Amino acid sequence: MTQAFDAVAQQSLLETRAEAALALALRLGADACEVGASVDQGVGVNVREGEVETVELSRDQGIAVTVYVGQRKGSASSTDASEASIRDVVEKAMAIARYTGEDPASGLAPAELMARELPDLDVHHPWALSTEEAVELALACENAGRGQAGIKSSDGAGLSSGEGVRVYANSHGFLGSQRGSRHSLSCMLIAEDEHGMQRDYDYTSARDPRELLAPEAVGESAARRTLRRLGGQRPATGRMPVLFDPSLASGLVGSFLGAIAGGALYRQSSFLCDRLGDALFPEWFSLQEKPRLMRGMASSAFDGDGVATRDNVFIDQGRLASYMLSAYSARRLGMETTGNAGGARNLRLTAPLESQEALLARMDRGVLVTELMGQGVNGVTGDYSRGAAGFWVENGRIQHPVEEFTIAGNLATMFQGLVGVGDDIDTRGSIHTGSWLIDEMTVAGS
Amino acid sequence: MTSHTQPLLDQAAEALLTPGGLDLDALDTGLGHAMGAGIDYADLYFQRSWHEGWVLEDGEVKEASYNIDGGVGVRSLAGEKTGFAYSNQISMEALAETGRTAAGIVRSGRKVDAAPRVVTAPAARYAGIDPLAGLSADEKVAMLKEADRVARAADPSVSQVSASLTGVYEVVLVRASDGTLAADVRPLVRFNVSVIAVRDGRRERGSAGGGGRYPMSRLRDENVAERFAKEAVRQALVNLDAVDAPAGQMPVVLGAGWPGILLHEAVGHGLEGDFNRKGSSAFAGRMGERVAAPGVTVVDDGTLADRRGSLSVDDEGTATQCTTLIEDGILTGYMQDKLNARLMGMAPTGNARRESFAHMPMPRMTNTYMRAGQDDPADIIKSVSRGIYAVSFGGGQVDITSGKFVFSASEAYLIEDGRITAPVKGATLIGNGPEAMGRVSMIGHDLALDTGIGVCGKEGQGVPVGVGQPTLKLDELTVGGTQS
Repeated sequence: MTQAFDAVAQQSLLETRAEAALALALRLGADACEVGASVDQGVGVNVREGEVETVELSRDQGIAVTVYVGQRKGSASSTDASEASIRDVVEKAMAIARYTGEDPASGLAPAELMARELPDLDVHHPWALSTEEAVELALACENAGRGQAGIKSSDGAGLSSGEGVRVYANSHGFLGSQRGSRHSLSCMLIAEDEHGMQRDYDYTSARDPRELLAPEAVGESAARRTLRRLGGQRPATGRMPVLFDPSLASGLVGSFLGAIAGGALYRQSSFLCDRLGDALFPEWFSLQEKPRLMRGMASSAFDGDGVATRDNVFIDQGRLASYMLSAYSARRLGMETTGNAGGARNLRLTAPLESQEALLARMDRGVLVTELMGQGVNGVTGDYSRGAAGFWVENGRIQHPVEEFTIAGNLATMFQGLVGVGDDIDTRGSIHTGSWLIDEMTVAGS
Repeated sequence: MTSHTQPLLDQAAEALLTPGGLDLDALDTGLGHAMGAGIDYADLYFQRSWHEGWVLEDGEVKEASYNIDGGVGVRSLAGEKTGFAYSNQISMEALAETGRTAAGIVRSGRKVDAAPRVVTAPAARYAGIDPLAGLSADEKVAMLKEADRVARAADPSVSQVSASLTGVYEVVLVRASDGTLAADVRPLVRFNVSVIAVRDGRRERGSAGGGGRYPMSRLRDENVAERFAKEAVRQALVNLDAVDAPAGQMPVVLGAGWPGILLHEAVGHGLEGDFNRKGSSAFAGRMGERVAAPGVTVVDDGTLADRRGSLSVDDEGTATQCTTLIEDGILTGYMQDKLNARLMGMAPTGNARRESFAHMPMPRMTNTYMRAGQDDPADIIKSVSRGIYAVSFGGGQVDITSGKFVFSASEAYLIEDGRITAPVKGATLIGNGPEAMGRVSMIGHDLALDTGIGVCGKEGQGVPVGVGQPTLKLDELTVGGTQS
């Protein structure tokens, strides 16, 4: 059950289609046009309790066209990239541009900012994996977890492997394309004691399958994470320090990035409006974007406007050094694009790093949070209130699991109150960070 | 066959099959590919959708988009195993390739033939129309500008207004090896307004919206642009006055309507068939037991006319129904698709749903709500000496295994000595599903459903849903404010 995917042929096909769509739009009277096209193919297998549960072959494609007629804009897209469909899409985008209003800020990014060189960032590592091999890896992962004493059952282990091509072209004559791959393996387990069931999971993810953790390591880690949750109590309500584990600390970086994104700023919908240059974090903390890292999970040489990506420093020694802007949001704010159309790519931080033990010792008494629930982050005000689970810490040591509580504060205050960063850096996503120790938040439990 | 069924089938066949040179008879051949050796059930799901979205910002409609999506998803089942493949081409070649791929989940066993087709003829829960056609582009733009005008006129502190109008015209056709042949045409429209209000350097958001399975023209006829604009401004102004929320355990009164997200999270997901078959739900094995306080009756009803969460048939071609999940506090039903129903020896309940042809169906909710009780909402507030009254929420989430759930209030007030007093900032509420439902002590007579804004996410798939409830009192729930 494998399907052939010739990424190079797909790339050239998409490039041809994108150029055809551009030419058609200009012929139909567009003053400027941009086209995005992509195709992705993958296999996903899930096993549960030693048996194959699902095998899924996926293949997705799409083409999206935006036309500009004067300062008016129209967009249309389709999952059908046939010639007839491309004509429909372009015509529909043109029709829509008759009804939208004039927008002085609309239009392509300045031509001189287009990426000129498009280096190979080594992000395409296809995996010639048969379904049978995928099942074997998932079973090895699940077995390693299920075999641990105290695990009641498995909620499944899954392997997914995919590759794809994306193309962006515009009427400045820019055409960029990139092939990429992503592979991951995960396991979720259930344990039970007299108080009820608990589940948890772990995963590994990489551009190159050779960089994935061993299936057994993922299964065993999922078992440890599940078992350590048994016997959870509710912490006492009060104000105390909170240690966010690395996967959750990267979520705090994500909330920060959401608040410095151009779209939130020009809509006046961010708690970080008009804060450029302000000391938001302690002086020892800096945050950089490295969009051209070799093998980076979010690497790209051009952004969603075709603009050359570049290293950005968002936080420089605690101060807000730059917003995160696309060509459009930059025009709205009277600024220059930072090459961030489509978001941030590969975040790295600079801070003195400490072991988790050292951070726990500094915390003395508080909670280590290992799971967050819900969407209680208000980007307009920075108000933060989320459900949590983790561990009670007293005398600088983990005492017992805690659950069914909330942690609350305000992001601006939490950033100011960052007192330490762990050396336990999570490298699976595009934001790499260790644990974050926040000096004080409100915990609501019993 | 009811009078509307044949036109619906013809409409679906013409939209989905004819362009690729297929007809209903050709589907038998297509199904044959998916019914390989050892496969005991297979289905073909054809879908095409036309989506339109208009967005207003700064008083102008600067963004509008149109999206066409479509294809066929092919699923082959063997016991608990599922093979799945899809294609965005609808042709015999695509059916052969995806069918063989899906059937590859097992390689040996008896080859079973698909049953001859039997047309599913359910009652129509909404009109099978193209909702986008009801309004001209100029009328759509005018509605958005009306929302902007009303919001800005409502209060001088309003600094930003954004409004959106979206509509989807979706046609689906299901052919399954158990004989099922069903078609559905599903309109879905929505209007939303979001405002930012600024006063004394403080900035807050308010939002309101709604819609359902009906033509866009109904949004105009019901004057939603004005109503939602005023409601969004009202909410933003309330939040400008909000004080810090309290932290800790206390009585919580939930308003009628959208706060029914409580039921969706605290009990709904935990009663989906897949989690109970696998034993991973905190409710697993508790059929017939008390899981909520007396008086609590919760249903999932896919049949409500024109509602966002409703379906005439589900995505496996099963007619939807009203399923009683909890009756007077006793667990009485699960929500099922065909796979989980068969493996549990139960009947499907019309709850098989999928985000699109490119996603596998699962048991999902439709419109989930609690039936009305006897209490006067005013008496419910009066009964609380210190607590929270929450009337609007953002989102929620549940861990179905431990039963822990959260939902985040976006408009809430303090209750002090039986009176609603100061508005409080948004806070997350957390509890344990079965425990929280056991603490429902008063149920209002004011059942209301939400305005049509819900999206439920499960395993990465989003589907539109509805929720509802009367005013409710929970004797104790943890409120995640900052004031300890």
